[in-house]
Amino acid sequence: MKQSRFGPWLAIAIGTLYFVLPLVATFEFSLRLRRGEYSFDAYAIVLGDPRFQASFLYSTVQAVATIIVGALLIVPTAYFIRLRLPRLRPIVEFITLLPLVIPAIVIVFGYLRLYNSSSWIPLTATTRTSDLLLTFSYVVLALPYMYRAVDTGLRAIDVRTLTEAAENLGAGWTTIMFKVIFPNVKVAILSGAFLTFAIVIGEFTMASLLDRPAFGPYLQLIGANRAYEPSALAIIAFIVTWACMGLIQLFGRGPATAKR
Amino acid sequence: MAFLEIKNLRKAYGANNVVENFNLAVEQGEFVSFLGPSGCGKTTTLRMVAGFEIPTAGNILINGKDVTNLRPNQRNVGMVFQAYALFPNMTVAENVAFGLKVAKRPAAEVKARVAEMLALIKLPQMGARYPYQLSGGQQQRVALARALAIKPQVLLLDEPLSALDAKIRVSLREEIRNVQRSLGITTIYVTHDQEEALSMSDRIVVMSEGRMEQVGAPFEIYNYPRTRFVASFVGTLNIMRGKVVDGAAGRIEIDGQQIATARAIPAAQPGQIRSVALRPEAVTLKNGVDATGNLMRGAIEEVHFLGSVVRIRVRFKEHAIWLDTFNNPSAPPPQRGQPVTVHFGREDLLVLEGAEPG
Repeated sequence: MKQSRFGPWLAIAIGTLYFVLPLVATFEFSLRLRRGEYSFDAYAIVLGDPRFQASFLYSTVQAVATIIVGALLIVPTAYFIRLRLPRLRPIVEFITLLPLVIPAIVIVFGYLRLYNSSSWIPLTATTRTSDLLLTFSYVVLALPYMYRAVDTGLRAIDVRTLTEAAENLGAGWTTIMFKVIFPNVKVAILSGAFLTFAIVIGEFTMASLLDRPAFGPYLQLIGANRAYEPSALAIIAFIVTWACMGLIQLFGRGPATAKR
Repeated sequence: MAFLEIKNLRKAYGANNVVENFNLAVEQGEFVSFLGPSGCGKTTTLRMVAGFEIPTAGNILINGKDVTNLRPNQRNVGMVFQAYALFPNMTVAENVAFGLKVAKRPAAEVKARVAEMLALIKLPQMGARYPYQLSGGQQQRVALARALAIKPQVLLLDEPLSALDAKIRVSLREEIRNVQRSLGITTIYVTHDQEEALSMSDRIVVMSEGRMEQVGAPFEIYNYPRTRFVASFVGTLNIMRGKVVDGAAGRIEIDGQQIATARAIPAAQPGQIRSVALRPEAVTLKNGVDATGNLMRGAIEEVHFLGSVVRIRVRFKEHAIWLDTFNNPSAPPPQRGQPVTVHFGREDLLVLEGAEPG
């Protein structure tokens, strides 16, 4: 008996409309700056705005810093947990999930209480240290994605045997970590890195409450004062995110993972 | 003094002893195999020599130096793993060069040594390939080259052939042995494959439940197993329980028939129950020819035609034994139920250590 395919197609159509229609509408709206005709004027204004360039650059630098600090913190942690402390894994996994459960605003208020200018570690005292605090905040925010990506990467290689092989050949921990472990979880780190990048570029709460000139607060500012430019910015943010996803796919098919 | 000495080695996890009272002296250039079933402690012992496990008690000395408390990267011991353990991010040449680069050897020396090692394993053109581009056998040869490149004092091989198919296993074990002989490197080889151990080793350590059951040359282990475990683990063996008639004369009674060993049965009292062992290839069917040695009467119970060999089971009363004969196209195998007399030499009958309950 031939089964009807109407139901599945209907579900796909509804799903597609749900996700695509607002996007198409936003895109269409972003082109309406010039009365009576479509144009990319809103994009030209946004891309030509020095505040856009400055805030995007700031967030990009923050994202890169977050990725470096996150990788240096998470790869060795996930590695040692897998190698030496496998019993701690459920606890660490739970901890890494906390940023998804605790709202960013709660976390940032916690930071402000702990690291304010009259505290023992006054990270909010200067703009430089505030930048650092924001980087660390983003590391925490990206923890669930980065940890999972790295842990999956470590699961794909025989960490214990590779470590023992390297140790047996005279390697110390630093050599093992940077010559053996990091290169073999490169694809996983990249996956985590692109997700981190996408999160950091659009993040608002932490940057706003720490009063840093990031892309998220700029998005909010433009959204509150202009009509068409926010739509153009939303589309730009989508393109950045999709580019990140595409890069994950691209690097995920790297030669080292092609055959094992 | 032996090159590698293992003294009173013990490893325990909580109350569970996985290796106990392990003593072994290995001469320079010797090839020693640890043979035993899974969980007998052979890999744990090897890993203690490599430094990956810390002994609960005992000492390990290499060339007179106590290495028991040294880290694995300070021992200069080469190891080949069951799972190859090649670094997937590095080419074959980079894998082989890894240990030398870690030791900060000059680039020219590294290059020359890598070329020498790749030639040794007969893969001189494969330096630029990645591990995933090689077959399992090739990967294991690269792992061997990598372990040897650092000129280790001792080479350790942990079931290196068990992940390979049968044909590659045979050719690679010959290759490993040739390389080991040509370099004269002291080697410990862990395996559960008796054929591998018998064909490659200068000496075999048979292990069971963390203990050494017997140490000896392959010929000795196969032909003169000292314990019931060694007898049953190494090769096919017929084991029967008999009642001692005269220990001094080596006479023993099995299923109402008296047979004798070539030597006296040590510390045996008349009436005591002892186990005797007999290799299938040591037993022949007596075809009316006068023979010296032991004769036992029974009946054919099973006949398995295996091609070049015919394996026959002869039942006496309680006991039955297998015997192997070569296939003879002009004489068809005997029929089931046919009464026969089997013959075996007195020196072929081994009395295993220890009395058994009656």
